[in-house]
Amino acid sequence: MSSVNTESGKPGCHKDTDNNTQHHNHENGSGPHDHVDSAAHQELIIEGAGCASCVGKIESALKAVPGVENAEMNFAQRTVSVIGNAAASDLLKAVEKAGYNAKLAAAENEDDALAEKEKADQAYYKRLMKETWIALSLGGPLMAYALITGEVNVNTTTERIAWLVVGILTFGVLYFSGKHFFVGAWKSFLNHSANMDTLIALGTGTAWLYSMVVVFFPDAVPDQARHVYFEATAIIIGLIDLGLALELKARGRTSEAIKRLIGLQAKTARVIRDDKELDIAIEQVLLNDVVRVRPGEKIPVDGEVIEGHTAIDESMLTGEPMPVEKATGDTVAAGTINKSGSILFKATRVGKDTALAQIINMVKRAQNSKPPIGRLADVISAYFVPVVMIIAVASALTWLNFGPEPAVAFAIVSATTVLIIACPCALGLATPMSVMVGVGKAAEAGVLIRNGEALQTASKISAMILDKTGTITLGAPKVTDVLVAGEHDEQAVLRLAATLESGSEHPLAMAIVESAQERGIEMGKVSNFNAIAGHGVQAEVDGKTLLFGNEKLMRERTIELGDFVEKAQALAAEAKTPMYFAVDNKLAAIIAVADPIKEDSIAAIKRLQHNGIRVVMLTGDNRATAKAVAEKAGIKEFFAEVLPEEKSKKVQELQMEGEVVGMTGDGINDAPALAIANVGFAIGTGTDVAIESADITLMRGSLHGLADAIAVSKATLRNIKQNLFGAFIYNVAGVPFAAGVLYPFLGLLLNPVIAGAAMAFSSLTVVTNANRLRLFKAQEH
Amino acid sequence: MLLINIAGLALIALIVWWFWFYKPKEAELGESDLVITVENGTYSPSRIKVPTGEPVEIKFIRKDQSPCSETLLIPELQISDTLPLNKLKTIQLPALAAGEYAFHCQMQMYRGQITVK
Repeated sequence: MSSVNTESGKPGCHKDTDNNTQHHNHENGSGPHDHVDSAAHQELIIEGAGCASCVGKIESALKAVPGVENAEMNFAQRTVSVIGNAAASDLLKAVEKAGYNAKLAAAENEDDALAEKEKADQAYYKRLMKETWIALSLGGPLMAYALITGEVNVNTTTERIAWLVVGILTFGVLYFSGKHFFVGAWKSFLNHSANMDTLIALGTGTAWLYSMVVVFFPDAVPDQARHVYFEATAIIIGLIDLGLALELKARGRTSEAIKRLIGLQAKTARVIRDDKELDIAIEQVLLNDVVRVRPGEKIPVDGEVIEGHTAIDESMLTGEPMPVEKATGDTVAAGTINKSGSILFKATRVGKDTALAQIINMVKRAQNSKPPIGRLADVISAYFVPVVMIIAVASALTWLNFGPEPAVAFAIVSATTVLIIACPCALGLATPMSVMVGVGKAAEAGVLIRNGEALQTASKISAMILDKTGTITLGAPKVTDVLVAGEHDEQAVLRLAATLESGSEHPLAMAIVESAQERGIEMGKVSNFNAIAGHGVQAEVDGKTLLFGNEKLMRERTIELGDFVEKAQALAAEAKTPMYFAVDNKLAAIIAVADPIKEDSIAAIKRLQHNGIRVVMLTGDNRATAKAVAEKAGIKEFFAEVLPEEKSKKVQELQMEGEVVGMTGDGINDAPALAIANVGFAIGTGTDVAIESADITLMRGSLHGLADAIAVSKATLRNIKQNLFGAFIYNVAGVPFAAGVLYPFLGLLLNPVIAGAAMAFSSLTVVTNANRLRLFKAQEH
Repeated sequence: MLLINIAGLALIALIVWWFWFYKPKEAELGESDLVITVENGTYSPSRIKVPTGEPVEIKFIRKDQSPCSETLLIPELQISDTLPLNKLKTIQLPALAAGEYAFHCQMQMYRGQITVK
């Protein structure tokens, strides 16, 4: 624990760290509204533009549309970026008139893309199942025959003819059910790469070719080696196709979370244009459009309420179960559901700019990214297939040189089995499948994880720094006490103080102004306003000189404080921030402001501590207030009086102690500290999230999100480790077993059919294990 | 038997050379639109050459239904994206320093390389 720079962060001081945070927050909060007033940006996708000369034509057609300020086409991408407040429909018409087709590039296309993908997956699944049945309906009876009669040898002419017919049928299976393996293998080969197709094609191809050699030239192989392996060929192809089909189904479930997010988007919106209410497609909604939403309907785009009052269910985005009250001036987010009243709101973010569209985009990216734990598997995957091929050849040579008779048959079986059992897919799938489910699961709980690396590091966090204002507390300070000195009247003091602070946007100042307004106090006029950096403010109101600030400021001006120093200390001990107020160089009052701790902060902090995490509070507030807040919140360690620029130093200090540090702040003036922390958590307020600012973004204000995020990452990492372990062990044990290392000791050699089954289900097992993560539930206790 | 052994060892040598040491020619990202086709378990062309120090775009079209081929990763550039089926997808590359950057699917079964020269 340390305290830094006692000059700053004192009560009433305008350099208060946490409150600066709030100040910036406020300023930043006006950003989107400025944006609303400026020109809108829309992006169109152009179809049918085949030559570079189309660019000028399309651009000038668009620029001619009233309201368009600029249009720029990216020919390579076939997109046009249009600036201006023109209706989307007019833009589309203009492009069509110029002889091309256009559509709006909007996040809503996700829905169609998803439907298309599902259709394609379904068709692929059907094809794989058909191929499976073709292969198994030949392989199954053949296998039964071989098992029952034990007759798979080729000795007589009749047997040769019969097996030739079976061989041709098996070729049919290879063609209809296994063609994709062979084509893939050949194309990869030409590309100097090798993949799973290579292994399957080589394995089944070798078995089939050897069997045909036995059929055509039985004399070329020793008597005991005249086996055919047609049944193995057909069954292996069938089983692997079946494995692929089941894996496809299981994979579909891994992306459920993103499907649910995409499904949140409304299809249409009811906008009011020229006093008429129109139901239009969501892509057509423009910035500043006035949108009406009735009870039970989805909010179509992000906006600001301009009329009406309602409660909105934001649980789908924030994970917060209680509906949120909304009235004029409040923001609403696309994808949330209007529960009670009818409202009118002005669209402030549309298309792919809405919070929902950005969330979808971020989750998708994160789902595809890889945590460092998967790197070893990647390196192995890169060399895996050629190495397996080399092992297969080496194993065949070993059997031929040192194996018992029929050595040829043993060599063929071992080489085939090695090729078939090796499963690069299980290894490759181990990490991405779990990340996909884990990141999705986190998003459902209102936790946005930027990438795989953040996910992995979050699972190792040992210390968590929490910013005080807005993170542990509500970030909305209120006046709690006005202790007047001598003859002063409380109302009059508050009027003067509020007048003095009315020009300031500082949260503490705003708390005083609000308190005066609540009491119906009218404010006067300020003159000679002067902010004394790090101490407070000074001004003249009604001809009186007012001074408002910390103890140091009062002492510098030799203002008698008397027993008010103890009173101030007592207030600070109650987690309040006391400020001194002097009129004409005489103390008039202490005004105390407190920022209440969020309802569930204490429970969430306990949860973190329960999981063995060292929780540390960070604040620019004075030591006494910080101590009181920390005690109330159940935090043993805190850094008080920390300047904004010193926040990152505190993170480094903990890192020097060997901690893996998580830093939680609002993501705006905490950016350097968030960046330097092992994992930076930005805490959102409702759906207005600063998505780009941190490794992990919590969409609801509750600190439970931190514990949830850590729990999800731990569960995901555990799942990845299980998958990687399973895939490693499977290959490390399977390949040597298939090569026959156990034969000299136990007389065991793996049947290629069993190898095929093992291979087919190894990757399915990985995907199924990843799907277990879907059952993960973050527990709030 | 000797012949078989020699043939086997030659085969191993061939595998090592073909898959690891042989450097196939790189397709150049020139004036004409270069599109990488994702089909039959491969990127075609799989090795492309791009100029150093300027942002470029590479286009992909996925014709392969296998779900593995859907994700494209360029780990060194922290690029991960989804390739829709039968639709052109443009990937923007920032200005790059000279070197080799691998791109692949999630499971690394589809592999390619961008050479920046």
